[in-house]
Amino acid sequence: MPTVSMTVNGKSVSADVEPRTLLVQYLREHLGMTGTHVGCDTSQCGACVVHVNGESLKSCTMLAAQAEGADVTTIEGLANGDELHPMQEAFRENHGLQCGFCTPGMVMSALDLVQKNPDPSEREVREWLEGNLCRCTGYHNIVKSILAGAQALKG
Amino acid sequence: MTDTGIGASVKRVEDQRFLTGNGNYTDDINRPDQSHAWILRSPHAHATLKSVDTSKAEAAEGVIAVLTGADMAADGVGGLPCGWQIHNKDGSPMLEPGHPPLAVDKVRYVGDQVAIVIAETRDAARDGAELIEVDYGVLDAVIDMDGALAGGSLVHDNVPNNRCFDWELGDKNGVDEAFSKADHVVSIDLVNNRLIPNAMEPRAAISEFDRSTGQYTLYTTTQNPHVIRLLMGAFVLQIPEHKLRVIAPDVGGGFGSKIFHYAEEAILTWAAGKVHRPIKWTAERSESFATDAHGRDHETHAELALDKDGAFLGLRVATKANVGAYLSTFGSSVPTYLYATLLAGVYTTPVIYAEVQTVFTNTVPVDAYRGAGRPECTYLLERLVNKAARELGIDPVEIRKKNMIQADQYPYQTPVALQYDCGDIPASFESALKAADYTGFEKRRAASEKDGKLRGIGISTYVEACGIAPSAVAGALGARAGLYESAQVRVHPTGSVTVFTGTHNHGQGHETTFAQLVSESFGIPIEHVEISHGDTDQVQFGMGTYGSRSLAVGGPAILNACNKVIDKAKKIAAHIMEADVSDIEFADGKFTVAGTDKEMAFGEISLAAYVPHNYPIEEIEPGLDENAFYDPLNFSFPGGAHICEVEVDPDTGTTEIVGFTAVDDVGRVVNPMIVAGQVHGGLAQGVGQAILEGCVYDDDGQLLTGSYMDYTMPRADNLPSFSVATQSVMGASNPLEVKGVGEVGAIGSPPAVVNAILDALAPLGVEDISMPTTSQKVWQAIQDSNVRQAAE
Repeated sequence: MPTVSMTVNGKSVSADVEPRTLLVQYLREHLGMTGTHVGCDTSQCGACVVHVNGESLKSCTMLAAQAEGADVTTIEGLANGDELHPMQEAFRENHGLQCGFCTPGMVMSALDLVQKNPDPSEREVREWLEGNLCRCTGYHNIVKSILAGAQALKG
Repeated sequence: MTDTGIGASVKRVEDQRFLTGNGNYTDDINRPDQSHAWILRSPHAHATLKSVDTSKAEAAEGVIAVLTGADMAADGVGGLPCGWQIHNKDGSPMLEPGHPPLAVDKVRYVGDQVAIVIAETRDAARDGAELIEVDYGVLDAVIDMDGALAGGSLVHDNVPNNRCFDWELGDKNGVDEAFSKADHVVSIDLVNNRLIPNAMEPRAAISEFDRSTGQYTLYTTTQNPHVIRLLMGAFVLQIPEHKLRVIAPDVGGGFGSKIFHYAEEAILTWAAGKVHRPIKWTAERSESFATDAHGRDHETHAELALDKDGAFLGLRVATKANVGAYLSTFGSSVPTYLYATLLAGVYTTPVIYAEVQTVFTNTVPVDAYRGAGRPECTYLLERLVNKAARELGIDPVEIRKKNMIQADQYPYQTPVALQYDCGDIPASFESALKAADYTGFEKRRAASEKDGKLRGIGISTYVEACGIAPSAVAGALGARAGLYESAQVRVHPTGSVTVFTGTHNHGQGHETTFAQLVSESFGIPIEHVEISHGDTDQVQFGMGTYGSRSLAVGGPAILNACNKVIDKAKKIAAHIMEADVSDIEFADGKFTVAGTDKEMAFGEISLAAYVPHNYPIEEIEPGLDENAFYDPLNFSFPGGAHICEVEVDPDTGTTEIVGFTAVDDVGRVVNPMIVAGQVHGGLAQGVGQAILEGCVYDDDGQLLTGSYMDYTMPRADNLPSFSVATQSVMGASNPLEVKGVGEVGAIGSPPAVVNAILDALAPLGVEDISMPTTSQKVWQAIQDSNVRQAAE
C-alpha cells in the first residue's frame, strides 16, 4: 500500500493506505480525526468540507493520494484550545447548529466564503451554501451566523 | 430565577463539542478488534428467493462470515414488531404479516435485506457481497395504492387485496344527516406526497458480544435506545434487558426516521454473538434513501358541508395510506390516531367521519416523519377550507374566523376523540395577520404585477396534538407501550447534579433546556448540571424522543424528581438548623428558616446527605438521588397561524417565497432561542414538502429519487429568512405548562405555501396543484390554463 503524507492542522502526518482511499477516509479512519463527517455518497451534502492548500474542498471528492504533500485544515484545527475561532463562536452565539452533523462542513465552507468575500450579503451567503445541506436549522440561523462571523473577522 | 433558568435564551452547552469536531456520532466510534459489515440488498421490488449461494463470498479475502435469512430462521430469530395495533371497522385486528430482518422466502422492496457480509474491512465486506449469487424469481411489483387494492400481485400472501386494515373514526350517520341538510358541499382530492426524511447523519450501528458476561451491546443511531432494547430484546432476539445494552450516542438528526427498530440493528446484534467480534455498519446515503422509513404518502377525498353563510356543518374524509412493504414500528398509528383525531382542526365542525385504508406496496415501509399524521390532516383541512372560501365567495380569513374555536370554548371536546385542553388560535391568527401585513397585500401584489410577477398570499391555521398521553388512553387506542417518561436527578456530594433522562437529544438542545429546568429548580448555575441520556446502562428507563414529547413529558419528570430532592433536602436542613421542616424555605439555592437569619446553601445540604454525621438518619436515608416517572394528563396542543407570501415567475414557473410569518402557541417557552430554531427547521421541511421534495418509484418499484442529485432537499437559497414569534396560552396538562414545538413548523406550513401559490395563480384560472409544486408543475399549470382559456 502506498504511503501518503501531508500536513493536517499544522502537523506532519503519514499513513499507508489503499490507493482507493478518499481524503475523508484518510482523515477519519487513518488519522482518527472524526470531526469531518460523511453525509452522502454523491458529493452533494458538504458535511466533509475541509481546506486543502487554503481552499474549501469536499474531502470525499479527492483521493488521499492526490493530497500528497498538501496543507490540510479541518474543523479540529480552528479553535485555539477552548477558545473558539470567531466563525465557530458566531455559530454558537446565533444558534447556527442543532444536531451538529453538517456543522463542520458549514463552518469550513463559511470560512472560505469570507476569505473570498469578506462582506457578503444574505443572498450571497445563501447562494454560497448551495453545496452544503442542513436538515435541522432551515438555514435561517446558519446564514445569520455566517453574516455575524464575517463581521467579527473583519473587525 | 437564575439567569440560566426558565425563559432565558441560554447558549447551548452541547455546541462546544460539535463546533470543534468533538461530537461522538456512531460512525466516529471504533471498538477493539472491530470487523465491518456490508448488507446485500435486493435489487428487485418483489421477488422470491430461489437460492442464495454464499460460498464464493465466504472464501473471499478478508471475509469472516456471510449470514442469511435462513441462518436467522434456524436460530429462531423473530420478526420486527409493530408497536400499535389498529382494529378494522368490523372489530377484527389488523393483519400483521411477518417482517424477518433478513429476507427468508421473498424480498418485498428494493433495498430489502438479503445477507450480511462481515469482513476485516468495509471494502472487503462490500467486495464480498458482490460474490454472493442470488437466484431471484422476479414477481410483479405493486407500487400504487389503487393497483395494490385492486388485488394484483400480493405483497404478503396472507393479506388479501394488500389491505392491512380498514379503519374508521367518528359518526357516519351524523355526518350523512349533516350533508343532507347542507346548502353547500365542497369536495377536494389530495395527494400528500411521499417524503424521504434525510437526517444528515446516515444510520449506523456497532454491535458486540462479551463472551465473559454474555452481554450484548449495540451502539445505534436511534431516537429511543430503551425502545430498541425492548423491541429487539423481547420480540426479535430474545435477549433479556440485563444482558442487552443499547447506546445512542450523538445522533445527527432523526425527524422520526430514527425512532423505528430497523433490521440492521437486529442483524448486527445477532451476528456479533456468532462471530464474537464487534461489527460496524454505516449506511451509505443511497442506502438511507432506499431503506430509511419514508413519510406521508396519503391519497384523500374529503367533503365539507356548509350552510348558506359558510358555517361548517360536517366533514367526511376517505384516505388511503401507503404503509410500504411491511408494518414499521409505528406505521399503523400515523395514518389513524395521529391523523384523523385532528380532523376538527381549529374549527367547530360538529360532526366528522373518517375512514382510512392502509395498503401494502412493494416500497420501503412508511412511518412517522416530522409531524406524523398531523401535517397530512392540516394540509387537507386548510386546502379544503380555502377551496370552500373560494367557491362560496368568502374571504379566506373570514371563513376561518367564522368557524374557529374561541378562547372561551376550551377545554374543547372535538367530535373525533380529542379534547383540546387550552388554546387561543384567534389570537395567534390576528397576530400573524398583523405581522404579515395581510391588509397591505393587494398593494404588494400590484407592485409585483408591474415586475411581471404573480404574487400570492396563503394562510394556514392549525392545531396539533403531541406528547402522546396518557398511557392508559394510548393503550386503549392500541399502543403497545406506555408513553410516560422517567428522570433521575442525582445530586452529588458537592452539589453538582447529573440528570438521567429517558428522552434523547439529537439536535433539540435538551442538554441546555433540561439543564435550565434544574438550574431554575435548585437555583444553581447551569454549569453545575449535566444531562445524561442515550445509554440504557446509565439511564433507568425511557421512551425516547419523538412526537414533540421530550419537554412536555420528559420535562415534568425532571421537575418532579427535583421536587423530591428539595423535599428531602428540607428535612436535612430542618434537622441541621434545628427547625421544624414546615419552617424551612428554599429559594435561590438557599435553605432558610423562616423568620430567622439561619441559612444553608444547596451544596452544604448535599454534602450533609452524603456525609451524614449530623443527620435525621431515623427518618430518612443518606444520599440525594431521586427518581420520577411522569405520565401526563393529556396530549399537549400547540397551534397557531402560518402565512406565506410568494412570487411566481409566469415564464419559468419558479416560485420564490418572499415572506413567511409564523405565530405559534407552544405554551411556556424555556429557551426562546432554541424554540425559534425548532420552528425554523420545521418550516424548512414544510416548505420542502410543499415545493421541492417528492419521492418517486417507477412502476417496477425502482426508487428514482435515490440520491441528492434526484431528490430535492431544501437548500439555503430556496428559503427565506422566516419571521417567527410565539404567542402562548400556558399548557394546561403538565406542571411545566409547556407544549411541544418540534413539529409545528412542518405541520402548519405546507398548506400556507400551496394556498399562496394557488392565490398567485388564481387570476389565470388555476384551481388546483399538487405538492411538490415544482417549477415544472407550476409552469405546466399556467400553460394548461392558457390553453383552456384560449379554447373558451
